[in-house]
Amino acid sequence: METLATVQEPSLTKATRTINGSQAVLEAFVAEGVDTIFGYPGGAIMPIYDALYDYHDQLKHILVRHEQGGIHAGQGYARASGRVGVVFGTSGPGATNLVTGLADAMIDSTPLVCITGQVFAHLLGTDAFQEIDVINITTPVTKWNYQVTDATEIPAVLAKAFYIAKTGRPGPVLIDITKNAQLQQFEYEGYKPCSHIRSYRPKPIVRKEYIAQAAELINQAERPFVLFGQGVILGKAEKEFKTFIEKAGIPAAWTVMGLSALETDHPLNVGMLGMHGNYGPNVLTNECDVLIAIGMRFDDRVTGRLDKYAKQAKVIHLDIDPSEIDKNVKATVGVWGDCKETLPLLTKLVESKVYPQWVNRFKEHLEAEVTEVIHDELNPKGEVLTMGEVIRNLNELTGGDAIIVTDVGQHQMVACRYAKFNQSKSNITSGGLGTMGFGLPAAIGAKFGAPDRQVVTIIGDGGFQMTLQELGTIMQNEVDVKILILNNQFLGMVRQWQQLFMDKRYSFVDIASPDYVTLAKAYGIAGQRVNKREDLNGALSAMLNHKGSFLLEVMVGKENNVFPMVPQGCSVSEIRLK
Amino acid sequence: MQKEEFTITVYTENHIGLLVRIATMFSRRKINIESLNTSPSEAEGIHRFTIVINEFEEVVRKLARQIEKQVEVLKAYYNTNEEIIWQELALYKVSTDEIAEKAKVERLLREHGARAVVIRKDYTIFETSGHREETDKLVEVLAPYGLIEFVRSARVAIIKASHGFHEKLREFEETEPGEEQIENEFLDKQETVFSM
Repeated sequence: METLATVQEPSLTKATRTINGSQAVLEAFVAEGVDTIFGYPGGAIMPIYDALYDYHDQLKHILVRHEQGGIHAGQGYARASGRVGVVFGTSGPGATNLVTGLADAMIDSTPLVCITGQVFAHLLGTDAFQEIDVINITTPVTKWNYQVTDATEIPAVLAKAFYIAKTGRPGPVLIDITKNAQLQQFEYEGYKPCSHIRSYRPKPIVRKEYIAQAAELINQAERPFVLFGQGVILGKAEKEFKTFIEKAGIPAAWTVMGLSALETDHPLNVGMLGMHGNYGPNVLTNECDVLIAIGMRFDDRVTGRLDKYAKQAKVIHLDIDPSEIDKNVKATVGVWGDCKETLPLLTKLVESKVYPQWVNRFKEHLEAEVTEVIHDELNPKGEVLTMGEVIRNLNELTGGDAIIVTDVGQHQMVACRYAKFNQSKSNITSGGLGTMGFGLPAAIGAKFGAPDRQVVTIIGDGGFQMTLQELGTIMQNEVDVKILILNNQFLGMVRQWQQLFMDKRYSFVDIASPDYVTLAKAYGIAGQRVNKREDLNGALSAMLNHKGSFLLEVMVGKENNVFPMVPQGCSVSEIRLK
Repeated sequence: MQKEEFTITVYTENHIGLLVRIATMFSRRKINIESLNTSPSEAEGIHRFTIVINEFEEVVRKLARQIEKQVEVLKAYYNTNEEIIWQELALYKVSTDEIAEKAKVERLLREHGARAVVIRKDYTIFETSGHREETDKLVEVLAPYGLIEFVRSARVAIIKASHGFHEKLREFEETEPGEEQIENEFLDKQETVFSM
């Protein structure tokens, strides 16, 4: 029997040295500036873990409790830091457990490099132990994926992986490495970062004539309205964005993914778009004359009924991904390009203006929303706690400086609506895919991505129970995340829909919870449970001031609903306040 | 607006797995692929997919952009039948006795531009190429005379107005030649290598 890990003759020149494929993977990480890996070992990735043993002073590895937790942590890391998240998983179930996170990262444009171990190359296709066709399973949920069967490919493939993940519209990349390639010794010539792939154009060429056309439309507008998404954050163009809206004087509303790109208190920040967004931005979408969409993709949760969406407006769409322009909403002028480059060009051409009457319309609508919804949500008269008042109290204590990581559901919409943000990359949530169970692991990743910041994860009782095994990760690594469970004893968002649209037929939304405080205690995590208003503020400060992780469970109204709401199949201007 | 036949021409790297990546663009939207051909292009190292679907122009336009967005795709075009020259190849297996007996068959084949590829004692294989209606017509015509087997290839198409791109493609491949594809070299070594 010969082994595939054949040893080559050591090189005589100093330019190369003999290493194995696993070491080449870690060398690539070091060269790319990776500091943290989230992962879980297993048979087919053992050679990489063996090599990692010698790299522990350069590369921190966080052992998660489930690969889904690992990849969501990688996402949280990427979103909080603006860098590439790195994830390890083994073959077979290790790889399939990554799929939800890949899909989430794909739809939310999160840069990730995932490495999966794979069975030996000669066993591919034989139904070997823990063999799964991970390349074909992950093709629709990766920006790029590649299987390595020969170690000599590793440096160049890893360089491509990082380049593809972080450039253009970012996304997840998966590299599957067969065990023989991990073990194979080869002559390593060093790591060369990738800066060009001939078939890949991360940034479309900026066409100045379209910028000029866009500026002309804006300069002629009487009621211009800006919608911004995560593109502003991914493009690191928050400053350019602010300069643009300030010069042009245009009110701006955000998508859930764009939240925190512009501080909450900015006078031109008019709030949230979409299904549970603010009243003004939704209604006035159908009254503006020029709609300027920046780094957002007109998701159906933002647009509602497309045939009644902003039909009166001329649409300017700025996006780095050409396939997004005209995909859902037809653009009068499409501006292809990185908004970091296009926004300054546009700012130069737009006239310095203010629209006091138009901005005032947003204020009037906000006042109506405050009267009908917000006031009671934030200052409830009844005994029962509301999610909104928990967020309001949290804002007062954090001052808007915390990273807020949310899960999916009612608490997510309430947190997005009411949480205050002073700086970018502070709202981390599963937007496009709506992955319940995202919150807890993503918060772990966010803390590693931004260790100097306070990380608070707000999670519902349903979503928390999907990935609560990651309490083990928090325990073992002493991760300082504050876990705020808003427990309404229901799968609240589904229940809300059943109440409003399905005749209150509450079909399997009644979900029981364990004693979360005792559960946290079992993991050595401090905790508290609150169901009275007078205890809320004290408990929230106890949580925030606690050294280390803390779990706070707040019992909130069982059948509270999130309003306003654009019912499915309705136009944004048909948004309901109750 | 009606669904129409569109031919999508995709220039790509020659990489393993790309076929699935492109095929899923269609299956994800539940679009049936009428015909799919992969082939080399005039530039060495650049591969060419020719895909035929029946869809609305709007859908095809968005689809072509999504395809072009893939990392290993260089360019995706979509064209109506008026904008391309296309052919499909068909093979027909007919009993040789039948042809020998009935002179009419020979005449029919000639009328349809078919050419004998193989003539054996027991069967003869004819080949013809053309548009689908033409190759289908010959199936119909041969049916009464014991057509044993019929197969038709995917469409291959050339875009009438491709001159500009063709020049660029050559130049592109010259300045930046494609990478060599590494295949699995171990599949036949199951019994000779150590593994666990």
